[in-house]
Amino acid sequence: MLSRYDTYRKFKSSCMSGLAILCAILVVTPLALVFIYLLKMGFSSLNWDFVTKLPKPAGETGGGMANAILGTLELMGLALVMGVPIGLMGGIYLSEYGSPKLNGWIRFGADVLNGVPSIVWGLVGFVLAVAPMGGYSAFAGGMALAFIMIPLVLRTTEEVLLLVPTSYREAGLALGIPRWKITVNIVLRTAMKGIITGVLLALGRIAGETAPLIFTALGSPLWNHSLKEPIAALPIQIYFYAISPFEDQNRQAWAGALVLIVLVFLLSASVRVLSARRKK
Amino acid sequence: MNDTTIEATPANAAAPAEPKRWGNQIFEGLTLLSALMVGALFLLVAYVLLSRSSLAMKTYGWGFLTNVHWNPVTENYGALTFIFGTVVTSAIALIIAVPLSIGTAIFLTDLAPLWLRQPLTSVVEMLAAVPSVIWGLWGLFVLAPWLNDNVYVWLNTHFSAVPLFGGPVSASCILSAGIIVAIMILPIVTSVSREILRSVPDLQREAAYGLGATRWEVTRIAVLSYARRGLMGAAVLGLGRALGETMAVTMVIGNSPKIQASLLQPGWTLASAIASSFGEASSDLSKSALFELGLVLVGVTILVNIGALLLIRSIETPGSRRA
Repeated sequence: MLSRYDTYRKFKSSCMSGLAILCAILVVTPLALVFIYLLKMGFSSLNWDFVTKLPKPAGETGGGMANAILGTLELMGLALVMGVPIGLMGGIYLSEYGSPKLNGWIRFGADVLNGVPSIVWGLVGFVLAVAPMGGYSAFAGGMALAFIMIPLVLRTTEEVLLLVPTSYREAGLALGIPRWKITVNIVLRTAMKGIITGVLLALGRIAGETAPLIFTALGSPLWNHSLKEPIAALPIQIYFYAISPFEDQNRQAWAGALVLIVLVFLLSASVRVLSARRKK
Repeated sequence: MNDTTIEATPANAAAPAEPKRWGNQIFEGLTLLSALMVGALFLLVAYVLLSRSSLAMKTYGWGFLTNVHWNPVTENYGALTFIFGTVVTSAIALIIAVPLSIGTAIFLTDLAPLWLRQPLTSVVEMLAAVPSVIWGLWGLFVLAPWLNDNVYVWLNTHFSAVPLFGGPVSASCILSAGIIVAIMILPIVTSVSREILRSVPDLQREAAYGLGATRWEVTRIAVLSYARRGLMGAAVLGLGRALGETMAVTMVIGNSPKIQASLLQPGWTLASAIASSFGEASSDLSKSALFELGLVLVGVTILVNIGALLLIRSIETPGSRRA
């Protein structure tokens, strides 16, 4: 027989379950809302001109963000070239060589670096590349983004390399293959999918970064012809167009945001496809 | 996240002795250098911020931290308004995000039907992938105006006696920024909390059920009390992210250096001050002052992050579901 107190306990339990469900709904709601607005406001502004033309001067209608779209891809490429080799090699050290004590410190350091606000990397890029080179540049922007990538790539590389069975390495050693060749030809090759997944994850994280770029890459209304020139990027363009007083620029900010989110989700979708295959 | 399995099988434990080869040494040296880049990045950040802010430090001394003025005309710079704005927005964000995230984490680990868990986890990950500038755009054009029309004006008319909601109302205000930051830290707090709750041994839950506890009692007695430290770590990690949130805050907070009781008026934070003023800062002293704001920001976030990581690691014990 249930006492009144038991009924109360059951009732309370149901209430709490209801609250947890409500929390989950509230967490998902903003994502749904952002999507709806991006599609509603962005899709109507998206046209052929937007992806093929340069921006028009403020106040004029039309034009596009072609240079910013290309610029974002270029900056991601630069960050990839500068950041991935260091992150990758660091991850190799942790999994193949390091001592537990040093590894612990490096891992901890990388995790702390991941929490450093991204705007700080913009300041670092400004001091290291903009000030000495005498101007804002694509190189400075790529470097600021590379700093963000290094700890991310390092952590994921280490994790996937440790999944490669020790017996693979031992088999190589038994054949008299030098250790570094085993690492490059056997360990890295076995873990390649995981490494690529990690790199794509890191790229997805930096693709939308604005704060490190506004005083390194600066943004530009023109095509970029050199690493020493300022370069346009989607996030910067969205930011400036969003806070602009001109309605046509606000409209284009939404279109830019739609393009950017599609780019980010394409990256994370490929991560999902790759890691799903890895698990099989 | 599977550190425990990593420790159990060190990849280099069984390597036999081998003849000396230059290739090996060069390769190992290169990888070591890359790994040490992590330390180098810390030094780099410290060097850049310290050297560039030395002018402001010399000019203002410790008074910089307690000076409420930020006046480019008279070159009178102080950090207190920005520290105030950062603390208040982060506090609002935590008050909103932590209960929601922990509720969602409980739902994901103990309540949701199995078929729903994976998709819902993916949705939380997607939330994390949305760039800051897009939250800012949405906050600026959709959320803040909506809040202003439907919430702020109402609060202001009915609770104007409460200092938090008194005075003039603006859509771009500290409360809007706090809410946007809350949305942005939801995914990280949720996913870390979920990991923590998953690490609570099932035996704990079964024991509580065995004593006749209801579902909520199991969660409260067996799960939450066991995971308390880790959940605190998740919240502190969220705090670290909230302190450094830049673009979205810059776009919705109104960027005005004031200290006032009302949450419905514009403010400014450390990160958003750097983002919005750096380009216009022409004099050496104003740039230097902004670098000192950066130094304060980095110092605080690094300390907060170290605290969070230590709290989270303290719960990673063997015997948990993750191991």
